[in-house]
Amino acid sequence: MARSLAASSGPLDTASGQAANAMPPADRWRSLRLFAANPSAWFGMIFLLAVFAGAALAPVIYPGDPLSMVGRPLLWPGENPAFPLGTDGLGRDVAAELLHGARQSLFVGIIGTALGAVVGVVVGAAAGTFGGWVDTILVRILEVFQTLPNFVLLVVLVAIAGPQLWSITLALGIVTWPPLARITRAEFRAQRNKEFVLAAVGLGYGKTRIIFREILPNALPAIVVTASIMLAMAILMESALSFMGLGDPNTVSWGSMIGDGRQFLRTNWNLTAIPGVAIALTVLAFNLIGDALNDALNPRYVRRG
Amino acid sequence: MTKEVVRERDGARVWARFAENTRLARIAARRLVHALPVIGAVLVLNFFLIHLAPGDAADAIVAGSGQATEAGMETLRSQLGLDRTLFAQLVDYLHGIATLDLGTSLRFNEPVLRLILERLPKTLLLAGSALLVALAAGVALGIVMASFAGGIVDRVLSVVAVAFYSLPIFWIGLMLIVLFSVHLGWLPTGGYETVGADFSGFALVADRLRYLTLPALSLALFYLAIYARLMRASMLEVQSQDFVRTAKAKGLAPSVVSVRHVARNALLPIVTMAGVHVGAMLGGVVVIETIFSWPGLGRLAFEAVMARDFPVLLGILLLSSVLVIVTNILVDLIQASLDPRVEA
Repeated sequence: MARSLAASSGPLDTASGQAANAMPPADRWRSLRLFAANPSAWFGMIFLLAVFAGAALAPVIYPGDPLSMVGRPLLWPGENPAFPLGTDGLGRDVAAELLHGARQSLFVGIIGTALGAVVGVVVGAAAGTFGGWVDTILVRILEVFQTLPNFVLLVVLVAIAGPQLWSITLALGIVTWPPLARITRAEFRAQRNKEFVLAAVGLGYGKTRIIFREILPNALPAIVVTASIMLAMAILMESALSFMGLGDPNTVSWGSMIGDGRQFLRTNWNLTAIPGVAIALTVLAFNLIGDALNDALNPRYVRRG
Repeated sequence: MTKEVVRERDGARVWARFAENTRLARIAARRLVHALPVIGAVLVLNFFLIHLAPGDAADAIVAGSGQATEAGMETLRSQLGLDRTLFAQLVDYLHGIATLDLGTSLRFNEPVLRLILERLPKTLLLAGSALLVALAAGVALGIVMASFAGGIVDRVLSVVAVAFYSLPIFWIGLMLIVLFSVHLGWLPTGGYETVGADFSGFALVADRLRYLTLPALSLALFYLAIYARLMRASMLEVQSQDFVRTAKAKGLAPSVVSVRHVARNALLPIVTMAGVHVGAMLGGVVVIETIFSWPGLGRLAFEAVMARDFPVLLGILLLSSVLVIVTNILVDLIQASLDPRVEA
């Protein structure tokens, strides 16, 4: 009781703050310690910070359109100090493309997954809390979406709506929400009969308050871990879409750089390799953070020896 | 042993087999019934997606003939029934599906179903070999990782596994081409078979294998990493159970315990995941077939996207959903036959 009253104290309480409040204090620090003691978590965080910084500073470091011709085409990295990563087939600066491409790849993936997370959590929470026919219908809808192969559906949606920033982001949201809904539903079903929820019901709290202030904070660890995996998947799928030429044609992205570089695969494989390494390291960083979060937040997976 | 006892025991065995078969049949029937509304919903969704897609059958026909007037288009639309209510058209569409009519390709001017069925075996070959390689190697690696859990071998392999499933599948494919086709010259960069060569017998198989290796490997590496991780976690989970302690206490060799007792039980969740991945693999096939010019469904999907050939694209979406449903039922049946406790 005291716990839930404390949790509702200030308007500044964020969702993660709630999660921490909902756990006994010792547990909270334990999770944080475990996360901080994980070297791969540090690699992931530091690399992502660098990517975010690069994406944010792209217009400062490389002002102007990254798709404009600036030098002799097909320069290898190091051949001309003005272009540290070389130039592509149209004489565009690869380093500039890479930094500007980070904006596109990260933005689309993050917003798409965020959309999917909001829809997934709301649907999963509704199904898990209310049960009965609401649950039956929502689970059926989930099944339909899990039957349609993700990437094929993504390609169909983007082909129909046309390749634009908003349609790609929206389509990514449509393919990422089902796993998140499923995990949220499972968590809510596991939590809803626990004593602290019954206590909250006994105190006469409203349904919304119980869902968002009592159950959700306890379900968050599992949701956060799943979301980090979905985010990695979303970035991979966005890159595959742009690689196939289904990205926004007016912006550069890592996937489209690989698609453009492909025709020079025999002679200038660096044009394909460089953006690929950028994608791989970014996705790896998200996966490592997801793993570390899982180890830290999920006591069941504590190493046994 | 008297004749009666033998007969009685045979009777019991026959009865047990009958009971087992009816149990599996009941499970299959229940899953089929359960799948029907899902298929129905996929069909309706497909219909509305076709409607949202720009251009209709009339546009396609006119585009094919090269001449169009406003009035001609109107007559054509009413002939094709495109001016009727949405509901009437939906009924029409469902009727078409029931008679295996998925419409006509705008680009090839051929029935969509025929186009798809032509390409399907090649895609199944590619995805099937990739899945087999990924499962076999992934399970073996997972067993190794679990046996040395916490040790240096386990740590190195774990890092390699995470790295592999962070790589974009199409990029793995391109890098394999750079290494094995461009630099080493061992394997072809793409295609399905040597054009014009008239191989037979062993030479034919060898030729096909040369073309299959790179695309199947690119597709497999990603899933191999997932199965290795899953198998490791699953092995560790099973290792802590009582029957494993009993087996060890009986004095069985550690390798026998880990393969016969632990690995067999640890396989169950892997079978489930492999079923789940069939859908994802059909997605991966789209990019891999495009890169390697593999004449399967994925490449057809890519060509359909480029030509804005929506009947073909949606036909592929429909067929891949059906494939996913069928595999899910198969996986359930495999699970049920592996584990007698699963009930209908």
